[in-house]
Amino acid sequence: MTTVYRKSAGLQDRELHYCPGCSHGIVHKLVAECMEELGVIDTAVLVCPVGCSVFAGHYLACDAVEAAHGRAPAVATGIKRTHPDQLVVTYQGDGDLASIGAAEIVHAAMRGEKFTTIFINNAIFGMTGGQMAPTTLLGQRATTAPHGRQKEIHGSPIRVSEMLATLDGLAYAERVCVTDIPHLNKAKKAIKKAFELQLSGVGFTFVEVLCACPTNWGMAPLEANKWLMENMAAYYPLGVIKEVQA
Amino acid sequence: MEKELWKGNEAIAEAAIRAGVNCFFGYPITPQNEIPEYMSAHLPEAGGVFVQSESELAAINMVYGAASSGMRAMTSSSSPGVSLKQEGISYMAGAELPGVIVNMMRGGPGLGTIQPSQCDYFQATRGGGNGDYRTMVLAPCNIQEAVDMTQEAFDLADLYRMPVVVLGDGMIGQMMEPIVWHDIPKRELPAKDWAANGRRGRDHNNFVTSLRMDAPDCEEHNRALQRKYDLISQTEVRWEETDTADCEILIAAYGTPARIASSAVEELRAKGVKAGLFRPKTVWPFPSKRLAEIAGQDSVKAILVVEMSMGQMVEDVQLATKCVKPIGFHGRPGGMFPSVEGIMEEAEKLLKEVQ
Repeated sequence: MTTVYRKSAGLQDRELHYCPGCSHGIVHKLVAECMEELGVIDTAVLVCPVGCSVFAGHYLACDAVEAAHGRAPAVATGIKRTHPDQLVVTYQGDGDLASIGAAEIVHAAMRGEKFTTIFINNAIFGMTGGQMAPTTLLGQRATTAPHGRQKEIHGSPIRVSEMLATLDGLAYAERVCVTDIPHLNKAKKAIKKAFELQLSGVGFTFVEVLCACPTNWGMAPLEANKWLMENMAAYYPLGVIKEVQA
Repeated sequence: MEKELWKGNEAIAEAAIRAGVNCFFGYPITPQNEIPEYMSAHLPEAGGVFVQSESELAAINMVYGAASSGMRAMTSSSSPGVSLKQEGISYMAGAELPGVIVNMMRGGPGLGTIQPSQCDYFQATRGGGNGDYRTMVLAPCNIQEAVDMTQEAFDLADLYRMPVVVLGDGMIGQMMEPIVWHDIPKRELPAKDWAANGRRGRDHNNFVTSLRMDAPDCEEHNRALQRKYDLISQTEVRWEETDTADCEILIAAYGTPARIASSAVEELRAKGVKAGLFRPKTVWPFPSKRLAEIAGQDSVKAILVVEMSMGQMVEDVQLATKCVKPIGFHGRPGGMFPSVEGIMEEAEKLLKEVQ
């Protein structure tokens, strides 16, 4: 019998708690596969955020540290600076990274910290129950923006990758999504490339993944993926945002 | 060994390097700037890592990260900055991570003043951040002690897996004094087999976290932390006492005010007033048992607590002694110092009131 598919050794044997249609499980899998392919499960350290993926250290097989809300880039700085040869990855949502942790991510990028950030952008606070995030689209409803996000009151959503790309310390930024197999494959390539660039010491590497949150968007999983492609990908364009040659 | 003249903040930084600190993360704030400045110049030379962070929040979370990967990590700040660090200190307590935090206290509240103060006693000794936790708090009264305590703080932090605070009033950081570098007794320390620094063949992953989602787990975690704190309250209490055997007026003070109080005790004795001094060297755990014993002596008529605050340690004195003797308070807040004369006057007034 030929094995055509198996679970990555980068994942633990645990049932995920994520909602149906949530993208976290897929992104966890891609991170795990990239770690396995690069042979770094045994040396990598994952820094988990506050939010739905707060339990990521129970799902990924590598060592992990749970950071305070938004502080993952500071925590990762402490680890990577003292373990320069190891792969260090922060995995952060948009509430965590773009709101409370805005200072930490900007300064990690400014310093050119040699770790990778996987940025889960689902345009909402997931775990707390659907409040507005800095990435919530104009007109999109949230429990703290019941009439939809309004530019005059809330400002326009923040494009984090483009903002960080203005900083010299950022070596690589790409925005991807995992709504179908071609996009998923591109996402995996981006994550692997970020890890490889990190290990070659080029600088800070950043992969933004547009993700679906069907539960808090109030949509069925397929409808959520469609909404993501039509609305989020329109405002947050997919593709390489910056790449410095090694 | 030869005596050397050192400024407090620089001596503390050098002491940390001698204690094997692997990394220092700091942010500028007066009156502790010489610590990160010294570290930026000398820690990389010693093979360590120095990062100037974007904020005190980031600095303590860098300490959290480095400590979680098994490193000896340190940060320093002064009062408003230490307030910002409380988030990370609480997470370190929850995740049981070692680390050393220096607070060179200045007057508050808010921006207050850059002058020395002891107004963060409550914050330091009651935990400071959210949750039921304690940090060990070492309170030096001179630079020799600051140097010795800083070196020992790393062993204490590693032994008990908790943040240890070196609590100095700004005077300790800014003053120059002769010190002697000597070997600090090393403790036998447990292996950091809990650290998240790569599995390297381990059969499970280490996940350093303060999260205990299930209430029964979280309750048990709190009880386990408390057992640790109870143990430390038995084993790590330190104090110094002078002329307490026959004293009628007992003066209790820590840090710089204890030195001023020490002169006041000498002068009171010279005048025939039987004064004594009780100086906590750990303010958490507080030396309650010994203080209660002294307070219970027949000779003691009253206790005068002297602080550079509006009265914070005085509450621990009240709790420890159960107010078996009258307790007076003399405090100079906002960056001002008590004087020898001021302390003597308050002590004599208090004695007169109770006689």
